[in-house]
Amino acid sequence: MRDALSLLRKSPWSARFGLFIVFAYVFMAVFGPLLTPYGESEIVGFEYEPWGPEFLLGTDNLGRDMLTRLIYGARNTIGIAFITTVLAFLIGCVAGFLAAVLGGWTEQAISRFNDILMAIPQLIFALLILTIVGTSVPVLVVVIAVLDSTRVYRLARAVAMNIVVMDYVEVARLRGEGLWWIMRSEVLPNALPPLVAEFGLRFCFVFLLLSALSFLGLGIQPPTADWGSMVRDNATLITFGDFTPILPAASIALLTIGVNFIVDWLLHKTSGLKDG
Amino acid sequence: MASGESTRGERAPLLTMTGLRIEGQADEEWHEIVHGIDVVLHRGEVLGLIGESGAGKSTIGLAAMGYARPGCRLTGGDIVFDGIELRAASRGRQRLLRGARIAYVAQSAAAAFNPAHRLIDQFSEAPVHHRVKSRSAAEADARDLYGRLRLPEPETIGYRYPHQVSGGQLQRAMVAMAMACRPDLIVFDEPTTALDVTTQIEVLAAIKDVVRQFDTAAIYISHDLAVVAQMADRIMVLRHGNLVEEGTADSIVNRPEQDYTQRLLAVRTFRKPAAEPSAEEPLLRIEGISARYRRSARVLESIDLDIGRQRTVAIVGESGSGKSTLARVVTGLLPPEEGRLVFDGAVLAPALARRPRESLRRVQMIHQMPDTALNPRQRMREVVGRPLTFYSGLRGRKRTERVRELLQMVELEPDAFIDRYPGELSGGQKQRMCIARALAAEPDLIICDEVTSALDQLVAERVLQLLQRLQDDLGVSYMFITHDFATVRAISDEIVVMFQGRIVEQGARNEVLEPPHHAYTDLLLSSVPEMKIGWLDRTLARRGQGPGSDKEGPDRSAPPG
Repeated sequence: MRDALSLLRKSPWSARFGLFIVFAYVFMAVFGPLLTPYGESEIVGFEYEPWGPEFLLGTDNLGRDMLTRLIYGARNTIGIAFITTVLAFLIGCVAGFLAAVLGGWTEQAISRFNDILMAIPQLIFALLILTIVGTSVPVLVVVIAVLDSTRVYRLARAVAMNIVVMDYVEVARLRGEGLWWIMRSEVLPNALPPLVAEFGLRFCFVFLLLSALSFLGLGIQPPTADWGSMVRDNATLITFGDFTPILPAASIALLTIGVNFIVDWLLHKTSGLKDG
Repeated sequence: MASGESTRGERAPLLTMTGLRIEGQADEEWHEIVHGIDVVLHRGEVLGLIGESGAGKSTIGLAAMGYARPGCRLTGGDIVFDGIELRAASRGRQRLLRGARIAYVAQSAAAAFNPAHRLIDQFSEAPVHHRVKSRSAAEADARDLYGRLRLPEPETIGYRYPHQVSGGQLQRAMVAMAMACRPDLIVFDEPTTALDVTTQIEVLAAIKDVVRQFDTAAIYISHDLAVVAQMADRIMVLRHGNLVEEGTADSIVNRPEQDYTQRLLAVRTFRKPAAEPSAEEPLLRIEGISARYRRSARVLESIDLDIGRQRTVAIVGESGSGKSTLARVVTGLLPPEEGRLVFDGAVLAPALARRPRESLRRVQMIHQMPDTALNPRQRMREVVGRPLTFYSGLRGRKRTERVRELLQMVELEPDAFIDRYPGELSGGQKQRMCIARALAAEPDLIICDEVTSALDQLVAERVLQLLQRLQDDLGVSYMFITHDFATVRAISDEIVVMFQGRIVEQGARNEVLEPPHHAYTDLLLSSVPEMKIGWLDRTLARRGQGPGSDKEGPDRSAPPG
């Protein structure tokens, strides 16, 4: 704990800013229902009401409170994106480590299958599958996770390749250790720094993909609040010079920037790069 | 080269560094690593810097170019090169000097050459850039220098890429590159440390020759006093960034004053008493082993070898002789093509995956580089404790007790070390941890693959003594792979000399080390630098390839004898 504090004290302003943003979003996501008097999909006024004391950021195309929807949107979008990223990393890392440790035929098989998945444009592939199997949240999570795990696989394999040639892995093999021990105890702890940094970036991409899918109507379905669909639903307001629909988009941008600041800092720390 | 002391004193020195202070960064804090060193170097003089790792010798060598590595900074002192104050000089001015008037030869030529360009292109870069020579003149000069450095086919070798020449040739090509602008000063940073002894002697001769021909001043950095004694006129002994002793090469080697210098000179003096030949059945019998990697040519050709109980068998040879491959065959990492291994009366399965856990336990291995042999994310408790759990099922308090015993056996204080990570240990301590890990399995045979070559000489000596004591206490056998004859003399009972995948000579230690030798053994033995001034010149003269001779080195493409 003290280590974490001293680490924080030495961190640059950009990383602190990123941490602040992420914590603010997580706070909103966790305590959403306590922060707002209205329900997630409750119609509380007329359509497109302007900003005012009652509705701080006005209402949307159906007369729901914009701020409430933004807060709930944080909850849904961040939550789903987080679960998806974790799942993507689970699949990608296990496959990547397996390929690196076993090598040979196994590696060829996994890598070529991975190439096939990567050859198809991600968004189009996602649209295709979601159109066929429907758009429930679990399906959404699994589809995006599998598609994203291809990128994780590439990194995990590359990092693990550098580790499995180390003598300490040879020592473990000579001792007769099993595959699982080598992956978990020898490879994973040493592969962690770049993977953690990648986790931040992947989280952003998943989150953007999710928003894009929602904007196209194949992501999180109404009436669940979600930033991507909020942009789409209220887009007409832009033509009247009202920038309210920009707000969900700005929320997406802000979170992306915050996460990236943290990732940069972590990468900088773990890569041992020095300024100047 | 040692002549002309008196005339030199009258001329202004080429390089003076006074009160040099350098700081290095660790964990985002700056620590002083060189504490006020004074260096004076005259034209045509060779200064040897010697010390263990961390002594600051490379850092000082680079400071002579006004350069500090990333993570280091020059904080105090003056560096004056031929009247120019280097620390105050602008970057542009420094750049004009570097490469043209001061050159640098790095330890690993393989890492210092750009693999995508031919040797001669890289040679020509500096003279053309500094406008010393035209491209064609530079190439002509390169061919001349390659000849002087006794590289084979000097007319055409420059048109090869770095991977197409051997390590020793590459190192000489780098010396040629450093000479390209006829600099006044060359900094040699351990130029032969990565080479075999037989190659080292050729590179040393070549360096000595050209430095003398062009009257170049040089700073020669090495951890090996015997090598520096051959190259330098004057030697500075460094330790922890301080000067221990300075003097002419002769006085340092023959009349050292400081205790530390005397200890450096006295390394490898301990000898294991000669063992009686034993009649009992050997622990490991290697019978007619031949092996190859995938589709390459054979690396091992019908090897027959016995390792007795509580015996140390040293396997000696240059890189490429197949000694490490033999270790891989014994451990099961590389199943042999032909032949079999008989361990304690039973045939060992060729492949690692088919060997039962019990037979894996009885053969352990200690690697060359302790840095890469320890998982940086595991505490010593886990490193040493894992084999205990894995082989003997020890857990909890019992396991901790045993780990502490093992740490004591390798002479490390258990309380201080049990919770450390490898990053918090020195090189020697790491190697002791690797030994403790091997001992945890209670093996009968330990394969030691160059276990001391990554360590400083004094530390290496202590590790060898530890291994010897453990053998006396526990009765393990060692298969000791090394290219270092000092180690062989110290610890072996039997010696096996390998050349290009075959055994050329084998026998008890004293038989092999005493003449008459096999021709190849003789070449190896006579190439080991001795702690005597003038050894290099005498050896070369004896081989008939003294300075200035155009004769090629001994032909080593075919097995001698």
